[in-house]
Amino acid sequence: MEGVVAPEVIRNFSIISHVDHGKSTLSDRILELTYAVDPREMRAQYLDSMDIERERGITIKAQNVRVHWRDYVLQLIDTPGHVDFGYEVSRSLAACEGVVLLVDASQGIEAQTLANCYLALEHDLEIVAALNKIDLPAADPDRYADEIERVLGLPRDQILRISAKTGAGVVELLDEVVRRIPPPKGDPQDPLRALLFDSYYDQYRGVVSAVRVVDGTMRSGARLRFLQTGATHDVEEVGIRTPAMVEVDELGPGEVGYLIAGIKDVGEARVGETVTEVAHPATKPLEGYQNPKPMVFCGIYPIDGDEFPDLRDALEKLKLNDSSVTYEPETSAALGFGFRCGFLGLLHMEIVRERLEREFGLSLIATAPSVEYIAHLTNGGILQVDNPSAMPEPQFIDHIEEPLLKLTILGPAEYTGTIMDLCQTRRGRMQKMEYLSSDRVELIYELPLAEVVLDFFDVLKSRTKGYASLDYEPAGTQTDNLVKVDVLLAGQPVDAFSTIVHRSKADDYGRKMTAKLRELIPRQLFDVPIQAAIGGRIVARETVKAKRKDVLAKCYGGDITRKRKLLEKQKEGKKRMKSIGRVEIPQEAFISALTLEE
Amino acid sequence: MGEPGPSSGQQLGLYVHIPFCARRCDYCAFATWVGLHHLAGDYTDACLAQLSRAYDSGLGPAATVFFGGGTPSQLPGDELVRLLDAVRREEAAEVTVECNPEDVTVELLSTYASAGVTRISLGVQSLAPQVLTSLGRRHRPETVPRAVGAIGEVGFSSFSVDLIYGARGETDEDWVDTLEGVLSLDPPPPHVSAYALQAEPGTALWRDPERHPDDDVQARRYEIADEVLEAAGLPWYEISNWSRPGHECRHNQNYWRQGEYLGVGCAAHSHLGGRRFWNVRAPERYIAAVAADQSPVAGEERLDFDHRLLESLELAVRTREGVDSSALPDDEMLTGLVARDDDRVVLTLRGRLLANEVACRLRAPARVGFGGAGAIAPDLARATVSRN
Ligand SMILES: Nc1nc2c(ncn2[C@@H]2O[C@H](COP(=O)(O)OP(=O)(O)O)[C@@H](O)[C@H]2O)c(=O)[nH]1
Ligand code: SF4
Repeated sequence: MEGVVAPEVIRNFSIISHVDHGKSTLSDRILELTYAVDPREMRAQYLDSMDIERERGITIKAQNVRVHWRDYVLQLIDTPGHVDFGYEVSRSLAACEGVVLLVDASQGIEAQTLANCYLALEHDLEIVAALNKIDLPAADPDRYADEIERVLGLPRDQILRISAKTGAGVVELLDEVVRRIPPPKGDPQDPLRALLFDSYYDQYRGVVSAVRVVDGTMRSGARLRFLQTGATHDVEEVGIRTPAMVEVDELGPGEVGYLIAGIKDVGEARVGETVTEVAHPATKPLEGYQNPKPMVFCGIYPIDGDEFPDLRDALEKLKLNDSSVTYEPETSAALGFGFRCGFLGLLHMEIVRERLEREFGLSLIATAPSVEYIAHLTNGGILQVDNPSAMPEPQFIDHIEEPLLKLTILGPAEYTGTIMDLCQTRRGRMQKMEYLSSDRVELIYELPLAEVVLDFFDVLKSRTKGYASLDYEPAGTQTDNLVKVDVLLAGQPVDAFSTIVHRSKADDYGRKMTAKLRELIPRQLFDVPIQAAIGGRIVARETVKAKRKDVLAKCYGGDITRKRKLLEKQKEGKKRMKSIGRVEIPQEAFISALTLEE
Repeated sequence: MGEPGPSSGQQLGLYVHIPFCARRCDYCAFATWVGLHHLAGDYTDACLAQLSRAYDSGLGPAATVFFGGGTPSQLPGDELVRLLDAVRREEAAEVTVECNPEDVTVELLSTYASAGVTRISLGVQSLAPQVLTSLGRRHRPETVPRAVGAIGEVGFSSFSVDLIYGARGETDEDWVDTLEGVLSLDPPPPHVSAYALQAEPGTALWRDPERHPDDDVQARRYEIADEVLEAAGLPWYEISNWSRPGHECRHNQNYWRQGEYLGVGCAAHSHLGGRRFWNVRAPERYIAAVAADQSPVAGEERLDFDHRLLESLELAVRTREGVDSSALPDDEMLTGLVARDDDRVVLTLRGRLLANEVACRLRAPARVGFGGAGAIAPDLARATVSRN
């Protein structure tokens, strides 16, 4: 087992880059060059471990690995690659003294990368910039070096040019990391302070956390105190990843490793937690801890009502591994029993839903995503509303507050107008516009989260042919003229279709939804009015006319069996229908109505 | 093979399937073939063999006989007579043959009549030429008066005209003209069957969604038909059937009363001794099976008591006889769809068009007083829905 490593030889860094700019490939090269992984065992893109991440090519859970390079110890700290996990990125960066900024030399810097670089600069981290993929014919390193110099103020002659694929320039990059990124400081004799910057749940070992020791020493067997939760835990094992898990006796200042301390639930080992020793405690926690708050909400229901208990178990298990998901039981007249779930963002929502379906074999239906509104009532009360159908009627409401985002969009200058149009129709307010180069522009908007939640990413992507990139951060709340639109079938509100929108868009939403439902709802024995209403006021109306004919009018001769089976099928179908008042609706109609594109 | 058990003393129906047609109509999903006429002799032989085995195992005489298809009039007259001669019949048996107008001649009908045929069912479908074309029928409207004239000349105790409504290209006026044209034929038919055109999977019509019928249009045409026919003295007695009193098709009524019948020929369905079964679909396979002394039966089902009871209600509810009140619990959804009278429930005009909705709500009455499950004879099931 290794002992404590002298801080002077340690270099802690993350690679900041956009999806597909080559972070995984570069990580693989580094592992090979440092003999951390036998080239024959080299599984491409070693550090991304979860299936879904692999498929989507994004990193959700940070992993970190220690390698030896010349006389130095490099600790590569992986960061989550999506804006939904911004807080986790900031904690990972808090564990580093520097970053490698990796930019595709045929694409240039993207919005999220830029945002993360700003974050690194705020943390006073050293930035080693590298343009990747210089082997590509389309690479234009000169141009993008100019751009990086311009937006980040990094001298262009310090920007390295590499190919993670061929390995060209990677040795120089590692040498530059050693030369430029400062070693960590810290005294091994001080009271222990370690930053917990990632946790995941392992079914055999319980919670495994990634820690960075800031001061003092973390010893195997010690009793630890978690300063934010106040809980104590005994160290079962500390170790490092090479990337295999290797147990060590202790971790000294500046060292990064893993900690196993008999914890059953990642909610008790939150990212950002400060860990100290009970016997020799520090009193002041490290800075920057936040309790990540869900921003996006939706109802999740099993398609088969009998699977409700399975869904509850699945959410419980999932939560062991992802403490940022929240869930509470809710019932819907349309969809039955389910849960209102909260997520860090849209991608997070999609990932959770996909994991529930894939890992737990459930078939689910999700309502349209919503945000959390603050309703100020006429009686002075304040209500937090994350399910639109729970919003009180207009006569009880004084005003409604909604969450805002600060949106940074980077894109080709030719799409400036397109992007501005999109933001404008989404109630955006422009804060800043800057040309990064003659043909790339940065736009900063303040925009209601609710306008982003539905399909903003998709629309932005398709309108800019995929060339625009986007980053966001929460930016407080605003009051606007918001209303709840209910959808009524034969006079009965259908909770799953209620929504909260700006008054100016309410009629349009109402028209679209009623028209959509008219196509989907089968004709009944009576006329079914479909109405969209704000409070008592109808803003759109359609009618599903009563059906006039439903009869086997054909002659099947003596084939009574066939007649009977057709009827049985119809009866079966009726049983599976959901009733809204007297109206019978097949579940599929709900699913289509909730999943149809605008 | 042992299909039929000894006669249970009920009325027995006998159906003979003739799977030949001159060409296939666009909407047709029946078990019928074009260009297999050369099999007529072998096919008749096979039917005779099936029939004689049935008699060997005790089948009784038929109260009704029905030659359906396909197009029975496409079978040479002497072959049909050869078949009918072998059928044991009750004294006043109803014997129907389905004919296409263009096949009908005085000569053919006389052959039928002397062999004991009492009733002709004529496949007119429409009197509007463009509707016939759109249905893919080969006859012209002009053949109809001639065929009906021949029926009158030869003299049958009853005859019926089959109509189809709701084809694309048909207008309400076409439909009224067809109904009135049919009613003013000489002699006028005492019985009319009118079916809503339906796009069945596998047909030419199915593959052409442009031509699929519209429910609302068909509902209107049905209402027209009911009005015109009723006014002419032909009230409805089953959803798709209207007749002058006394001219109901007894053979079909037997189906709707869950009665017993033997189906002879390919794809023919039987119901005997509480068992429903049906023969292989293709004529060649049918001929081969019978020739090899094997059973031509392709499938069967035997319902338990509750299901039989429900089935009897589902059949009865479509007729003017209706069902017992207890079979249809009060339900506000049924308002306007059924009329309650004494202890019977009968479909209204609107209810006939929505008969499936009504049928879905049928409940077999509780089994009070019916002893052990499954031990009840089928005729008991019938007794619970007996006609008044
Ligand atoms: N030509 C070329 N392709 C590269 C280079 N580095 C990465 N790639 C390719 O770019 C794609 C994305 O790389 P990956 O490492 O998965 O990106 P990540 O999403 O940032 O982890 C893959 O198809 C890589 O093979 C490079 O230096 N040159
Ligand atoms: S005549 Fe009748 S059985 Fe023959 S193809 Fe036409 S519809 Fe079908």
